[in-house]
Amino acid sequence: MKAFAELYLRLDATTSSNAKLQALRDYFSQAPAKDAAWAVYFLAGGRPRQLVPTRLLRELAIELSRLPDWLFEESYQAVGDLAETISLLLPDNPHGSEQGLAEWVEQHLLPLRGQPPEAVRERLPQLWAQLDRQSLMLCLKLITGSFRVGVSKLLVTRALAHLAELDAKRVAQRMVGYTDLSHKPSADSYLKLIAAESADEHSQRGGQPYPFFLAHALQAPTEQFDGLLGPPSDWQVEWKWDGIRAQVVKRDGQLWIWSRGEELVTERFPELHSLASTLPDGCVLDGEILVWKPGATAAEVAVQPFALLQQRLGRKTLGKKLLADAPVVLQAYDLLEWQDQDWRNRPQHERRAQLERLVEQYPLAPVLLSPLLQGDDWADLARQREQSRSLGVEGLMLKQREALYGVGRTKDMGVWWKWKIEPFSVDAVLIYAQRGHGRRASLYSDYTFAVWDAPAGTAQRSLVPFAKAYSGLSDEEMRKVDAIIRKTTVETFGPVRSVTPTLVFELGFEGIALSKRHKSGIAVRFPRMLRWRLDKPVDEADDLGTLQALLA
Amino acid sequence: MDLVIARPEGLYCPPGDFYIDPWRPVERAVITHGHGDHARTGNARYLTAEPGAGVLRSRLGADINLQTLAYGERLDHHGVTLSLHPAGHVLGSAQVRLEYQGEVWVASGDYKVEPDATCAPFEPVRCHTFITESTFGLPIYRWPPQAVIFEQINSWWRANRDQGKASVLFCYAFGKAQRILHGLDAGIGPILVHGAVEPLNRVYRDAGVALPETHYAGDFIRSDPLLRQAIVLAPPSAGGSSWMKRFGDYSDAFASGWMRLRGTRRRRGVDRGFVLSDHADWPGLLWAIEQTRAERVMVTHGSVNVLVRYLSERGLDARGFVTEYGDEDDASAEQASP
Repeated sequence: MKAFAELYLRLDATTSSNAKLQALRDYFSQAPAKDAAWAVYFLAGGRPRQLVPTRLLRELAIELSRLPDWLFEESYQAVGDLAETISLLLPDNPHGSEQGLAEWVEQHLLPLRGQPPEAVRERLPQLWAQLDRQSLMLCLKLITGSFRVGVSKLLVTRALAHLAELDAKRVAQRMVGYTDLSHKPSADSYLKLIAAESADEHSQRGGQPYPFFLAHALQAPTEQFDGLLGPPSDWQVEWKWDGIRAQVVKRDGQLWIWSRGEELVTERFPELHSLASTLPDGCVLDGEILVWKPGATAAEVAVQPFALLQQRLGRKTLGKKLLADAPVVLQAYDLLEWQDQDWRNRPQHERRAQLERLVEQYPLAPVLLSPLLQGDDWADLARQREQSRSLGVEGLMLKQREALYGVGRTKDMGVWWKWKIEPFSVDAVLIYAQRGHGRRASLYSDYTFAVWDAPAGTAQRSLVPFAKAYSGLSDEEMRKVDAIIRKTTVETFGPVRSVTPTLVFELGFEGIALSKRHKSGIAVRFPRMLRWRLDKPVDEADDLGTLQALLA
Repeated sequence: MDLVIARPEGLYCPPGDFYIDPWRPVERAVITHGHGDHARTGNARYLTAEPGAGVLRSRLGADINLQTLAYGERLDHHGVTLSLHPAGHVLGSAQVRLEYQGEVWVASGDYKVEPDATCAPFEPVRCHTFITESTFGLPIYRWPPQAVIFEQINSWWRANRDQGKASVLFCYAFGKAQRILHGLDAGIGPILVHGAVEPLNRVYRDAGVALPETHYAGDFIRSDPLLRQAIVLAPPSAGGSSWMKRFGDYSDAFASGWMRLRGTRRRRGVDRGFVLSDHADWPGLLWAIEQTRAERVMVTHGSVNVLVRYLSERGLDARGFVTEYGDEDDASAEQASP
């Protein structure tokens, strides 16, 4: 645990990728394989299910720190992270446990899950008493599932690749699915990650997908496109779908569906299960899962709002009615494997041509071929992009015709651009604030925004909350807003402060839908602050009418 | 009778007709210590502890009308007996003891209970009413012993030097900087300071505090190899300024009690955070309050509500005082200039 805590400290102490890479290399070159296996798991974003209920953790921490409940709560509000709070409040232990990460996780932590509260109550303090403060915080973060340290999966991949003298892409390929809940890290699984290249590498993949190739945001005026991108004929242009990015893997008579988070989601989409028999073996499709209007013709763009897909994902069981009301399709746009061959090193247009032939040859009912858009020039495509909102898509995707299929957000083998439409925006008033987490701990950084319930000039109109947002401000602005919130607080409800409305922000969001759960009757997607409207008095903020007009 | 009340100008002693650390200009000001939020310009007369005279003059002007008292020395004013007692915060920092008709009040200003070599250590003073600060008034704030922190700073410096990197340590120019200088291992390499730090070093040296040799960082050119071995003490406001460019690829750190929290450290955007404060931590506050045996506690700047509630639940008569005092680490951005 100490070595891993040391690594955490080093990673946390720097913002430089090189320094982080060095810290990772140092750790992996020393760590026993069984510890390294878990380190890769946690660093790459793996989280076991919550091991101990949060309530129980709090109770125990309060008991051991001998503080009144309210003071524990105040402390938590200042720190913004439960694991860190507890580690700061428990008595210091001068000596740390010498046991390794794997022993801690497998013998001490994982067995806690499902234990009766009395057993946990007895066990946890004994465990905590063996850890110095840094290891204790780490242990608590593993228990609460809040372990995060600003290392990307790609960086872990690079560190391992360097250590094993392998191509990073090979390691990335082997890492896919490593953090899935169904996989338990072991010395063996770690050694497989860093093993020398073998001849049967390809046949050992089972249901593994390929690392997803991700797009970059294109933010330039259309007039510059010719200079930046060359003519549109060099590009494959498609709609940017707003659904769940997925790979459909068909091998050895079996079907696997993986989401972009490399989670296995096969069971969530029974509509696609027929592909197990219709898709040929040794075939991997890349595309977007979308809710499609029931009974729409193949030619229609009948994508339904993301909110519907989200509702489906929220359900434990998928009833008949839900499946009938919100059926999904796969908009396929890439072919990564064909006849057992890895096609990622073939150019985009070649993969596309084969994908088209595939969709023609096989009756793949739930699979649609993501249509290509044609345009004489960029201005023409920009005009077509204007329809995005009414079609329910997020804009356009531009894929270099010669691009190979990269790993993550790489650009060295060709590039994918997402050319998104401008977000919706309204001017809204900040009415509640809450302190943030992580680097915003102690700062009032999470805000609730409201619009007026009636147009300007109406007597006695009031502000209706409609969205929460916490991103988009610079640190400097946030500091200023924090100071204003402290000065204009009207009431405090637990961690939330209501303030005298004085602050107006331009809020941007991607989608808008009716909602019964919100007081305003409206739910918005990905709200964030675009601009602090210092120039706008509160009276001139937008009203519900503005939002309703956007719904139409 | 209340010997101290909160007025718009500052904390006021009615029978003595003077203010303690006023934030608006008044006739008579007793100054607990020289930090900008406690010692302001524009007062007609100043009274402060004798070791703090140099600091006050260097910050407020050599020509201020200043009277000083040795620690423990008594002064009678309109029937109020006033004396100053070490607060352990910075050079010359004092608690103000007021006695009037058998009633004793002590105003702490800012204080720290762990002794250090750059100022007289905190001395508990028995009183009926204690006015305490509460900057770090939450139980999450517990300081490691300063020796541990100095060891951390020195090893960070040593490691950077071995990699050929300058070590830039941001800290408040008055108090914190000198405390760190005292704890540095001068054998590691040259010690450089920012222009805001050196005048205060002079004041400390004049007061007999031993500090290692320091050089003005501005005297070095970028290509000087000494820079890659040096530690540089600079006020936080120097961060991100063009002044920093001369250090090339440096490692930076911030020394403050706020560094106890991961979030505040990350917000600072520095490589390292050293938990070093000139204020009392939570156990320190509780210990100091207990030592005074006060039955009544007035809580100023910091976690006022928390400390008031906690003390009330322990049977003390605790109340909050509204003041305009801040905390030098947070205010430093506005104050220090090169």
